[in-house]
Amino acid sequence: MRSLLTVLRKELRENLRDRRTFMSALLIGTVVMPLLVGVMVNVTVRHGQSQDNKPVSLAVVHGERAPNLVAHLREFRIDVVAVTMDDAAAREAVRRQQHRIILTIPDDYATQLSLGLPAPVLLYADSSDAAGAGDVGRVRAALGRYASQLGRLRLMARGVDPMVLSAIAVQDMDVATPVSRSVLILGILTYMIMLTMLMGGLHVTLDATAGERERGSLESLLTVPVPREQLIYGKILAACVFMVLALTLSVCAMAVALRFAGLENLGMRENLNALTVLELIACCAPLAPLGAALMTIVAAFTRSYREAQTYVSLILLFPTLPLVFATTLGLRPTAWLMLVPSLSQHFLVTGLLRAEPVSALYVALSVSVSLGLGVALAYAAGRLYHREALLG
Amino acid sequence: MIEARNLHKHFGAVTAVQDVSFAAANGRITGLLGPNGAGKSTTLRMLYTVLKPDSGDAFVDGISATARSLDARRLMGVLPHGAGVYPHLTARENVHYFAELHGLGRAECEARTAQMIELLEMGEFADRHTKGFSQGQRLKTALARALVHGPQNILLDEPTNGLDVMAVRTLRALLLKLKATGHCILLSSHVMQEVGALCDQVVVIAGGKVAANGTPDELRARAATPDLEEAFVRFLEPLAGHP
Repeated sequence: MRSLLTVLRKELRENLRDRRTFMSALLIGTVVMPLLVGVMVNVTVRHGQSQDNKPVSLAVVHGERAPNLVAHLREFRIDVVAVTMDDAAAREAVRRQQHRIILTIPDDYATQLSLGLPAPVLLYADSSDAAGAGDVGRVRAALGRYASQLGRLRLMARGVDPMVLSAIAVQDMDVATPVSRSVLILGILTYMIMLTMLMGGLHVTLDATAGERERGSLESLLTVPVPREQLIYGKILAACVFMVLALTLSVCAMAVALRFAGLENLGMRENLNALTVLELIACCAPLAPLGAALMTIVAAFTRSYREAQTYVSLILLFPTLPLVFATTLGLRPTAWLMLVPSLSQHFLVTGLLRAEPVSALYVALSVSVSLGLGVALAYAAGRLYHREALLG
Repeated sequence: MIEARNLHKHFGAVTAVQDVSFAAANGRITGLLGPNGAGKSTTLRMLYTVLKPDSGDAFVDGISATARSLDARRLMGVLPHGAGVYPHLTARENVHYFAELHGLGRAECEARTAQMIELLEMGEFADRHTKGFSQGQRLKTALARALVHGPQNILLDEPTNGLDVMAVRTLRALLLKLKATGHCILLSSHVMQEVGALCDQVVVIAGGKVAANGTPDELRARAATPDLEEAFVRFLEPLAGHP
């Protein structure tokens, strides 16, 4: 136990003096990440707001054939631009994004309308253009409203109560707060937190394993009267300390950055207080031993620092998996999913940021599984360092 | 006192060491001499317990290197081949770290570290980070680290490899001093002159086997030549096979 602490102390001291550790553990967590988060949140919030208020631009061919319709569209904040083109030209214009949406009024529009028959209009839009889908919806809705207005007037003119048409009155009760829009943002946020944490221990692990071997100090170290696994545990612990340090710095810096980024628009706590920050750190920290032990194991199989760097960096991808699954499958936390490391941290962090009640069972499952797996992997790393091939 | 008894070691299909036995006595410098790839390093690694022999055993002051490896390690100071130091620690911190790992008490760590710095005349650079040290300075640091716990037995794998003349002289002076105080010193080398100048006993290893074992004079006599290098070559020939 004493030797373990000796190794831990030495690794901490040495790495605190190393510029590369400083860069990977401290700089990224405190400066780069909050900057990224701030910009990202800001852009998302702005984009969301501007989408709702921006008038839709609509090119209309032969607007003079339907002056009332055009006036109606203008009421719904649709900018009508009069253009002249035939069917082929209209298709081409939409395809080339010259105009996003084009409405053509055929010459029989007025006659059909006066006869009380369905009056045709042609709406050109590109359904594969996702960014324009909202605008098309707004135009369509405005057209529909105009059609139903006319229909009701016709019924009244024929002495029928227009209410007969409304057999069912659907009222949309939209409970989607801005929260739903923030799912992706929250996912990226938790990913950033976990990435920063793992990055914090990356260089320490590499230096203490592959680096030590490449420098030629490993063999000397193995001749001291200390069991090998104790040396390894000390190194893993050192990596954990740096990971938690990086985690703490990044969560604190993120809390500060988010204060300036209009949190309520994303349905998050408008005020990330000290307690939340502590809870966030406590939720993520149990993942540190797992990451450190995994990196140590991978480094044990490599022959040089560079090789180790390549493979160990792949472990940094590991926290992206929950982001992918959680967003594409729309996963909600369940007791089973809380058994998955990294995914469970994602759920806990998301819950905390949204100020949702966090189940004690979920926390217990997440913490115990992550820690347990970390301890098991650390033990495996200790066994691996008994391999003779380790000396190279 | 170090004893190797019938050591065997193979890596995959390659037999690295085959039935190697010899003894290195206290108060003497014993040299393991052999061409590159003869099995010198593998033999030493089994002695200083980082490799386990397939069969046979080694004894350090009578303690088995396989059954009680931790206890055996306490009795040895080891300078492995190409031993590196921690670049972000000072020379003093490098030495102190190993003193701690050897389980010395706090005050003893300080005292022994200071003592090694004095013995190896490292005062001038002891408190500088070892990054940018000269070869000689690095060697002294690594030596101080290996000797800080005051081991009776000292094992060095190709210690003079890549050193300049001054560094070699320093090392030689230190080894003679340690020999005079009754330490058992075992070193490996492929350089004939060095072994001839320094060693009281020479174990010639070739092809993973002991080809000859004796004092330089005995070896010369047995090979019937006044030249030690010539003797060395004659011992190797039957093993290498005539071209």
